[in-house]
Amino acid sequence: MSGLLVLRPGALTTVQDLGRPGYAHLGVPRSGALDSGARDLANRLLGNPPDAAVLETTLDGVTLRALTPVTVAVTGAPCAVRVCGRPAAWGAPVRLRAGAELDVGRAESGVRGYVAVRGGFRVPPVLGSRSTDLLSGLGPAALTCGTPLPVGAPGPDPIHGADTLRVPGPPAELVLPVRLGPRADWFTAASLRTLLTSAYRVSAASNRIGLRTEAGPPLTRRRAGELPSEGMVLGAVQVPPDGLPVLFLADHPVTGGYPVVAVVPEGPPLDAAAQARPGTRVRFVGA
Amino acid sequence: MRIDVLPVGNSALLIEVGSAADVAALHAEVLRRRDAGELEGVRDVVPAARTVLLDGVRDPGPLAGRIARWEVPPLAETDGPLVTVPVRYDGPDLAEVAAGWGVSPDEVPGLVGGIVFRVAFCGFAPGFGYLTGLPARLRPPRRATPRTAVPAGSLALAGEYAGVYPRSSPGGWQLIGSTEAVLWDPAREPAALFAPGVRVRFTEVGA
Repeated sequence: MSGLLVLRPGALTTVQDLGRPGYAHLGVPRSGALDSGARDLANRLLGNPPDAAVLETTLDGVTLRALTPVTVAVTGAPCAVRVCGRPAAWGAPVRLRAGAELDVGRAESGVRGYVAVRGGFRVPPVLGSRSTDLLSGLGPAALTCGTPLPVGAPGPDPIHGADTLRVPGPPAELVLPVRLGPRADWFTAASLRTLLTSAYRVSAASNRIGLRTEAGPPLTRRRAGELPSEGMVLGAVQVPPDGLPVLFLADHPVTGGYPVVAVVPEGPPLDAAAQARPGTRVRFVGA
Repeated sequence: MRIDVLPVGNSALLIEVGSAADVAALHAEVLRRRDAGELEGVRDVVPAARTVLLDGVRDPGPLAGRIARWEVPPLAETDGPLVTVPVRYDGPDLAEVAAGWGVSPDEVPGLVGGIVFRVAFCGFAPGFGYLTGLPARLRPPRRATPRTAVPAGSLALAGEYAGVYPRSSPGGWQLIGSTEAVLWDPAREPAALFAPGVRVRFTEVGA
């Protein structure tokens, strides 16, 4: 079987695919790539099916060695791509001969880069997915130096080569459209206005579980007491006792006991959240 | 049964009812209707303490209107598969729990073994089921200080819930026993021994 070897794992590099939808009732998070658009693009460039597993890097990329000839594509956060030290294309198929070293450099903007390989990374699936779930520990461990990465056989689709590429610039602010509810009535009317008119900042405590906010006005509850635990969706904006909104990302817990004031729709808004660096301004606006 | 349906974003609905018993009945009704093809496209059905979440709903508006008019029959005590779990009553909090109940530790296995629990919902970790069925007089408080590591297989109580830790993890529940039953195995179908709706009886090992 063809494959690659991890030479430098970077700050946090995990295998991700479409995740594990359909198991939330057993306590299993959805997981999957945080920037779904970048994952899909990387697979499309290589003619992979949408469920092919890719690598998700965090801020400082990854370095891999091809053990056999493979074709890869790097998307997500823009960065320098090098093959054996020479500049190679970002956002396009790149052929690696056996022994070649692929270096995915530090993100120039954004946070998460995606590395797809033609045929997909074929680590053993758990509950139908190869995603690493950092909350509950399902799926393969985060990559370490020397991790072997098997690669599957290419599918019938040809390598696309070109695609319509949107090279994301560094966003001045993250604007998240929200639909209020299901627990907006737990907050004062003034607080709901505050949520939709104020600015927060992305906290450095953010991770694959949630994007935490800071440096904005805390929301005030109208109802005291505890909310009995209830099911949580991807994109839920949960408000813990400190009043600062937390946006649930792919590895979020399936149930939670803090009220959800609003929900951000899946797709481009959550993809943008996945790429927002700590310190970025965040605003919530009515969808 | 009072049913409130709350929209959750553009593709989910939260159905709220008044009690854990109502959730069990509602959850069974949701599964019945899904099996009958009435909830096409619903990806996740997540029961919790007072709610059932339907996630991955293509057109939530009309569905919300229909759900609000559902007649949900109460759940019979014998509905749902029954799982028997052998337990050793060797937990470090057994004496404290017994004292709180006003009984001797020897009496705990009989009291717990006489209850048919039901998995109300899962959460906290894959395969961790929140089991309802403890009568009001047998509801111990959480520990004042959570343990940093609760051993896998620990039978634990807290408030209205009982549960078994599927793997070692931090936890604040009172530990009364342990089991060798495998609570969670992703290679097994179903992966969780305690899936929502399952009934559970704990039998004492060697009794």
